[in-house]
Amino acid sequence: MKLTDIFRETFTSLSANKARTGLTMLGIVIGIASVIAMTAIGQGAQSSIQASIEGLGSNLIYVYPGVIQPGRGIVSSGRGSAQNLKSEDVDVLLQISGITNISPELQRRFQIISQSGNNTNTTVTGTTSNYGTVHNTDTQTGNFISEANERSLAKVAVLGSTTATDLFDEDDPINKTIRINKVNFKVIGILETKGGSGFVNPDDIVIVPLSTMQKVLAGADYLSSMSVAVVDKDQMAIVKQELTDALLRKHNVEEADFSVMSQADILSTLTQVIDTFTIFLASIAGISLLVGGIGIMNMMLTTVTERTREIGLRKAVGAKRRDINNQFLIEAIVLTFSGGLAGVILGWLVSFTITSLGIIKTQVSFSSVLLAFGVSTVIGIIFGYYPARRASKLNPIEALRYE
Amino acid sequence: MIEVKNITKIYKTGVEELRALDDVSFSIEDGEFVAIMGPSGSGKSTMMHILGALDTPTDGKYFLDGKDVSTLSDDELADIRKNKIGFVFQSFNLLPRTTVLRNVMLPLVYKGVGEEEKEQRAKESLYSAGFDESHFNHLSNQLSGGQIQRVAIARALVNNPTLILADEPTGNLDTKTGEVVLETFQRLNREQGRTIILITHERDVAEHAERIIFIKDGQIFEDGRNHTRRII
Repeated sequence: MKLTDIFRETFTSLSANKARTGLTMLGIVIGIASVIAMTAIGQGAQSSIQASIEGLGSNLIYVYPGVIQPGRGIVSSGRGSAQNLKSEDVDVLLQISGITNISPELQRRFQIISQSGNNTNTTVTGTTSNYGTVHNTDTQTGNFISEANERSLAKVAVLGSTTATDLFDEDDPINKTIRINKVNFKVIGILETKGGSGFVNPDDIVIVPLSTMQKVLAGADYLSSMSVAVVDKDQMAIVKQELTDALLRKHNVEEADFSVMSQADILSTLTQVIDTFTIFLASIAGISLLVGGIGIMNMMLTTVTERTREIGLRKAVGAKRRDINNQFLIEAIVLTFSGGLAGVILGWLVSFTITSLGIIKTQVSFSSVLLAFGVSTVIGIIFGYYPARRASKLNPIEALRYE
Repeated sequence: MIEVKNITKIYKTGVEELRALDDVSFSIEDGEFVAIMGPSGSGKSTMMHILGALDTPTDGKYFLDGKDVSTLSDDELADIRKNKIGFVFQSFNLLPRTTVLRNVMLPLVYKGVGEEEKEQRAKESLYSAGFDESHFNHLSNQLSGGQIQRVAIARALVNNPTLILADEPTGNLDTKTGEVVLETFQRLNREQGRTIILITHERDVAEHAERIIFIKDGQIFEDGRNHTRRII
């Protein structure tokens, strides 16, 4: 039997009962569409988080004082509040060849008041001029903190764009004065807008020289974190190890009294969470696919019964079991495959709508489309197999007599 | 050339045995027009199924063109039906919502014949069966009973079979239309030398054949030339 003949027969029989064909296909359409839409949402979320984490500066390793205790996760009293990470550590780490730059940081929350009387409560970061290169950021207007500012304990501040608007509304804040913890600071620059990543607003920030932060504002000589820039991604693991060894030697301890986290670690944790979530959503969608498949099987069984005499006739004129089997199997596959096609289009439209409504930026990946076609074809084969087999095994004499 | 040698067919229903055919032998030469006649329950349907390679006998041999058909597998039987046998059924069994041409082409679909040749051969068969050319592209459900039976005859002819088996072909037709169908068989037998076996329970119908095999209780009761043949 030729393929063109099989497809002609399939078309004839599927178009014979358009309502039934359409309704049965709808099950597959909805199943595939939701799988496509769900994975698009998951992948969209993943890549937006990835982008915002990479936007914080690529190839970064973060060093925190204190230990993230096993089993207690990140929320441990140790980290950050410990005071054993010092400015001297920076000089030791800079000896390591894979490290290009280090931005030592001390963060505190302070109440900040502008000249015009607006006030805000935000994180003030004391850091050095390296901050910009390490964190992949620059000022939009004005200047960043210089080494001279650092040396002279200058009372100057760089504002994030959100903080700038909070404090000065539409006015230009450059050269204006703000009071941080009752100390006057001159605004010398505004950072470029990074855009929200959902969790924290990276634009709600104030940056001052590290020396000023330690001696004037906080009265402390330790660091709350260090951001370490590594020369390239492949060296992350080696550098992480060397960095840990160097700090252990410097602190003269056996077990680390600090924590080292790379961007890859943070990213993989988040990616894992999102992956789990995506799989969860997709499996719910998968259940509707299964139900759709059962609908297909039901319809095919009905079709086989309805067409018993036709099957008898076909066998009488020389159709073999295989011919009958192929015909019904291909009918089921065509049904699910076209359902899959419609589902991909519908799913794509749904995720396009979600993106254009600005809810979340979705991403329909080529692999999920390919997978959808694969899955719908497999469903056709699985749920078409039994009805087709039943048709092919019919006895021609009994089939011809069937009323 | 058909040779049936000592064919027995037994159906088992539970513990009971039903002997539908009991040691039946006969032969039919190419170009003969034979009627197999008998009351219902006589075994003539079983005979038709075996002659049509739809079923195999419990015992005995059936040679079609010198080939033993009585022991073949399902798929081998399908090949025999495809190449050597044309069926015309009582209830016409045309594919619904399908054109006359497509219906006639159906047996060729399973032979893997190319599209153009299929159409050519289907048209020739329809001419032979006396079907009106203007209706070639009508759907099968738009036809009258007589037209449907002509399509069925054309379909039986299209694979150029050794044997045409007609199972009560006039059973669903009125007498006048039935006569037209029987006339078609006679003409095909006379002009194209087709071998035709007509299965019927009506003497009127059987009398259109050259030879009548009368079956009763699974055995041949009478087998001879039809001296009162009705030629239309």
